[in-house]
Amino acid sequence: MASMEKDSVSGQMTTGHEWDGIKELNTPLPKWWVYVFWACVLWAIGYWIAMPAWPTPTGYTQGMLNYSSRANVAEDLKAQQASRAQWMAKLQNASPEDIVKDKALLNFAQSAGKGLFGENCSACHGAGGVGVPGAYPRLADDEWIWGGSLADIEQTIKFGVRNAHPDSRQSEMLPFGTGDAMSADQVSQLADYVVSLSAKTPAAGSPGEALFAERCSACHQEGGVGMKDLGAPALNNNIWLYKGGKEGVIAQITKPKHGSMPAWTERLDAGTIKVLAVYVHSLGGGK
Amino acid sequence: MNQHVSPPKQSTSLYAETVIIHPRAVKGIYRNLKWWLMALTLGFWHLAPFLRWDRGPGAPDQAILADLDGGRGYFFFIEIWPQEVYYLTGLLLLAAIVLFFMSALAGRVWCGFLCWQTVYTDLFILVERLVVGDRPARMNLVRRKWDAHKITKTAIVHAVWLLISAACGASFVLFFGDAFQTLKEILTLEASIGAYSCIFIIGGFCYLLAGFAREQVCLYMCPYSRFQSSMLDEHSLIINYETWRGEPRAPMRKGGSFEGRGHCIDCKACVQACPTGIDIREGLQMGCIGCGLCADACDTVMKKYGLPPHLISYDSANNVEARAKGTKGETKLIRPRTLLYTALIVVIAAGMMISLGTRRTTEANVLHERTPLFVVQSDGAIRNGYTYKVLNMIRKDRTYRVKVTGLEGATLSVVGGATRVAETELQVTGDDIGTFRVYVDVPEGNLRGKKTPIFFELTELSEGSTLRTESLFAGP
Repeated sequence: MASMEKDSVSGQMTTGHEWDGIKELNTPLPKWWVYVFWACVLWAIGYWIAMPAWPTPTGYTQGMLNYSSRANVAEDLKAQQASRAQWMAKLQNASPEDIVKDKALLNFAQSAGKGLFGENCSACHGAGGVGVPGAYPRLADDEWIWGGSLADIEQTIKFGVRNAHPDSRQSEMLPFGTGDAMSADQVSQLADYVVSLSAKTPAAGSPGEALFAERCSACHQEGGVGMKDLGAPALNNNIWLYKGGKEGVIAQITKPKHGSMPAWTERLDAGTIKVLAVYVHSLGGGK
Repeated sequence: MNQHVSPPKQSTSLYAETVIIHPRAVKGIYRNLKWWLMALTLGFWHLAPFLRWDRGPGAPDQAILADLDGGRGYFFFIEIWPQEVYYLTGLLLLAAIVLFFMSALAGRVWCGFLCWQTVYTDLFILVERLVVGDRPARMNLVRRKWDAHKITKTAIVHAVWLLISAACGASFVLFFGDAFQTLKEILTLEASIGAYSCIFIIGGFCYLLAGFAREQVCLYMCPYSRFQSSMLDEHSLIINYETWRGEPRAPMRKGGSFEGRGHCIDCKACVQACPTGIDIREGLQMGCIGCGLCADACDTVMKKYGLPPHLISYDSANNVEARAKGTKGETKLIRPRTLLYTALIVVIAAGMMISLGTRRTTEANVLHERTPLFVVQSDGAIRNGYTYKVLNMIRKDRTYRVKVTGLEGATLSVVGGATRVAETELQVTGDDIGTFRVYVDVPEGNLRGKKTPIFFELTELSEGSTLRTESLFAGP
């Protein structure tokens, strides 16, 4: 190692390092700075001992303080649930109608409902109740198969549709187009009439009108306005769960499709179902 | 301009021992100024949280308050909501330019007189002087063996330092909650862990930085001392030693004559007074914080010898150079640099004042629902959903009327309110955000194209002021 020498220009000592004739001036570092550096190193070692730090073949070193960000999240969630408790208590005693009237409760139900809907309902009905054509009804429009009032929606969520629950909503459309029920011509005439209903230009006096009165109006009602109690959808508009148009109507008459929805009363508590009813009602189509 | 850095001691060690500096007390104009500014800055820091400002019932009456839980900032008549934090950015920008402006005019006056590092170090040195004594007494105490005297004096000094540090940290906490209430909680050990942590961290750093680190902060930590030279020019007022008058320096014997020699008697009063331990006679240097204490020390000596004052003074390099030649120097206060800073300060301050003075007391945001983008209703109408937020930024419940324009035949439905109306009223409580789920229906056939711009028009009923917020309406 080269020796330290005095630099002739600055009068300062050099560090003794030399690279290709270039020498480095020695500007001493304050000692406290070095102590702070060592203190940081000690801190790091202490941190390894106290906190989760190093990976091991089977996991990681846990640290003596038993710190876990996962446990912290669980704690935060618990705290949040506790902060919701007073709202949930209020909901227990309120009817869905009361909730809609109380601005604060409505706000709570809407924001809590969004999460609950995402967790429980959106797998079928889609985010925001957008629905899946041909499978799961859209909840954001004002057409309801089983009724769109708060009470109707709450009932549907509680007991579901066409499931094994004794209070489930039950109904089944008969396959009118198969066997001897109707000829293919008759089915075609009937479909023409149903399409005319949905276009709001009912074909009065057509053979389809007579067939409709005879076969369909018991459930779908005169003029195809539908009957919510039986889950008979309105036919006088252009909202179709299954396919619309003549082809779709023929398919449904011939071989009816029936959706099913589970009963939620065993999975969710009454307050949660109320919140969901209010949320679904607020998606746009509530009556 | 000349800027020397004093060459470090000719050391062969890579690490430098810290030399404890014991500045000697001086009397003079800059010392007095520093006392007054210390009283002013510390007075503000410790009393400002207790200032009151009436904002009406239900509102906090603390003049300066950062209400983190409530999401509001209060500064006398100004109330800032979270989305208006840019005012704070403006304030920081203004502070930075004022600092540049001060530097261009008078060098590091900020460092020498106003910086909290300087103010607290000064206060801590005052405590040492009152308890132990001036420079010689303090130096003796360091050298002394650890006996009862040394232990008592040291204990008293550190106890007072810790008290001051705790007060410094506590004052910070008082800006974040009602000062009287918070102070009571702190003193009765009922305040939150967060509050005590703040006091511990801020107070701890106050104790560490003003008690021990002192000039090391200015020399090794603060970036400002490193870029000060880019803000100075030959017109800036800085601490100057008049070499032409002082040199050649020599000690002065009683009754001696100043004939044929410099006025500097090499008494080192300036060096002993310096809180950063530099010798100003070596010229402007990085360690100089511009506090003027060396000028005070030198003036006292000059007076004693019947010599004119200001051998060391706050002066511009121009003046000093001119005087050395016997001509009259020129110090321009108005020059491009200071004009530019002034213009920037005026523009930013005016912009902030105008924006504060004319800001609305109501704001509205519209969020268009994306799932689903639109819904066809049973009567064929197209429906879009929106989340409409109305910010009522005064402490009075207000009623607004909202309607939608831009689409013929558009009607509004509000969840929990009216259904399919042309316009409807919305109530928003004071100092609150009203969140409304709004649906807009447009009859089939009124829609042209997939996207139509629409406007939510909000009218405040008592004032009649309106606010238009643009959004869009999606269709098939």
